[in-house]
Amino acid sequence: MKKIIIALALLALPGLSLAATAGYPLVKAPIDPHDHASLQRGAKLFVNYCMGCHSLDYQRYNRLGRDIGLTDEQVKDNLIFTGAKVGDTMKNAMPKADAKRWFGVTPPDLTVIARSRGVDYLYNYLQTFYLDPTRPLGVNNAVFPNAGMPHVLWELQGWQKPVYAMHEDAAGTEVKVLKGFELVQPGKLSPPEYKEATADLVNFLAYVGEPIKLERQRIGIWVLLFLVLATVVFYLLKKEYWKDVH
Amino acid sequence: MANTQGTTGLVGWIDERFPLTKMMREHLTEYYAPKNFNFWYFFGSLAILVLVNQILTGIWLTMNYKPAAADAFASVEYIMRDVDWGWLIRYMHSTGASAFFIVVYLHMFRALIYGSYKKPRELIWIFGVVIFLCLMAEAFMGYLLPWGQMSFWGAQVIINLFSAIPVIGPDLSVWIRGDYVVSDVTLNRFFSLHVIAVPLVLLGLVVAHIIALHEVGSNNPDGVEIKKVKGKDGKPLDGIPFHPYYTVKDLLGVMVFLIFFALIIFFMPEMGGYFLEHPNFDPADPMKTPPHIAPVWYFTPFYAILRAVPSFAGTQVWGVLAMGGAIVMLFFLPWLDRSPVKSIRYRGLVFKLALAAFVISFLILGYLGALPTTPERTTLAQICSIIYFAFFFALPILPAIEKTKPVPERVTK
Repeated sequence: MKKIIIALALLALPGLSLAATAGYPLVKAPIDPHDHASLQRGAKLFVNYCMGCHSLDYQRYNRLGRDIGLTDEQVKDNLIFTGAKVGDTMKNAMPKADAKRWFGVTPPDLTVIARSRGVDYLYNYLQTFYLDPTRPLGVNNAVFPNAGMPHVLWELQGWQKPVYAMHEDAAGTEVKVLKGFELVQPGKLSPPEYKEATADLVNFLAYVGEPIKLERQRIGIWVLLFLVLATVVFYLLKKEYWKDVH
Repeated sequence: MANTQGTTGLVGWIDERFPLTKMMREHLTEYYAPKNFNFWYFFGSLAILVLVNQILTGIWLTMNYKPAAADAFASVEYIMRDVDWGWLIRYMHSTGASAFFIVVYLHMFRALIYGSYKKPRELIWIFGVVIFLCLMAEAFMGYLLPWGQMSFWGAQVIINLFSAIPVIGPDLSVWIRGDYVVSDVTLNRFFSLHVIAVPLVLLGLVVAHIIALHEVGSNNPDGVEIKKVKGKDGKPLDGIPFHPYYTVKDLLGVMVFLIFFALIIFFMPEMGGYFLEHPNFDPADPMKTPPHIAPVWYFTPFYAILRAVPSFAGTQVWGVLAMGGAIVMLFFLPWLDRSPVKSIRYRGLVFKLALAAFVISFLILGYLGALPTTPERTTLAQICSIIYFAFFFALPILPAIEKTKPVPERVTK
């Protein structure tokens, strides 16, 4: 019977591995949910650069402040530019119908975007805007080709143009592959600083995706400890009762 | 004054008016279960545990969930953020859904290896298969409620299957949706069915499943009937009272199960995108079809069978029939398997190989059903689908070539 269990467990393994995503290779996002300073920088970047178009409809300002180490006063002074109350959710003022006319698509609410796309996707997305004169806004994106979004962080990153390499695919035909980028106009931040800034922003979005995450893991440890102890007790109880079964 | 049960006091008073002690004895303290239950026998009680978990967490979710297309997605996030412990209740419910299928699949596998569906337990098995069907309906309709992209498009795809049925199909699918596409109307009725109609049927079936089981008695890993060998006191020699022996043993099983359950709830509630699919964190958008629509993992074997069958004579109804047939076959299992030997322990190599092929093909189908199709994958899914059905059709002829071992009189260690 043990053999059956082991065989079944082994068979189930391939099902647990995630299918690899095709396309531009993603670099792992260097984020740390415990780093309050990073989360605060990310929040600041978000309200300054993203919130004009993207809302966080389900995230409350005061909850945000509490979770990343800011008082209500600090939240009001540094993060609220919309006249919202500190207990409100982080909505923006842009009418959805207008947004659709301007960008062709309504900028999505980003509350749970980190849970739907994954942090690595977001991190790389923010790194890989490049100049592309064929696009209406003059920019394209390597992770999300033909994205409707302008490069909002251009003044931080500067402008980069794509570097292509010729590459023979499996069928033997030459194809043009995006290899990397070349900075043609520097921004306010150096490339390493820009990477850190986007990591902060992604860290912030990961937090907003599931504000309870750290608390859930903290509680989880105690729940598991209790369950393991209780299991020992129940094991002894079972052994005691079953002594007389032969 | 003693009554027929010999009880006095409050319990005696009740026993004269309601069979309390009688039921306790029949189903717990004097229900004799074989003493040789092994690992596979934990999953029946665990299924009840998960059912209770789903009902209780479901009641509390319903207190804050709003079954309207405009509010559903937001109300789920409200539960996750603003309702005290709402996140825990929601994760218990979403993880419970997957846990239900894990437990039930293992429970059904147990029946397969020990022949628990055979005479005199055919009805227990049939009730069980109907429970499985209800569970699929329950899970399918529940999955629409968060109103994410996968909720919407998964429902759209599955309801569209009905439109493949000749003549009545298109009208039938409109009747199910209550609209021409999945909409607010669909969400509302699925909510109603998910929180009351199906759970009601499910509970009734679970009671019937257990009553039928306690009428004939449990099978065991040796597949011998313990009622055949009784002691002078009329009790089966190889039986032990369910309570306290199996209540304490099942409690141990419950604790081990809860460790795994808590591990997922607290540390990986999305289970890598299998229990909570990533695209379902995008709100439903009828104008935007996701590039890849995959059902949740517990439906993928049947989805793979559906996709494996090519359209023929201008209709795709064959795939739908094959998918339905994959479940209908289960109903006939007690009569398809004609071997007098119940347990795999005493069955021949040919049955063991057939069962292994069946289980492996089912797992491969489950794996393939979660992936986008390629020609190679479709071929593999077709081979596995054939093996799946071949298992059922081979069962009646197996005894002719199978060399079984002698079954002992009494249960072994």
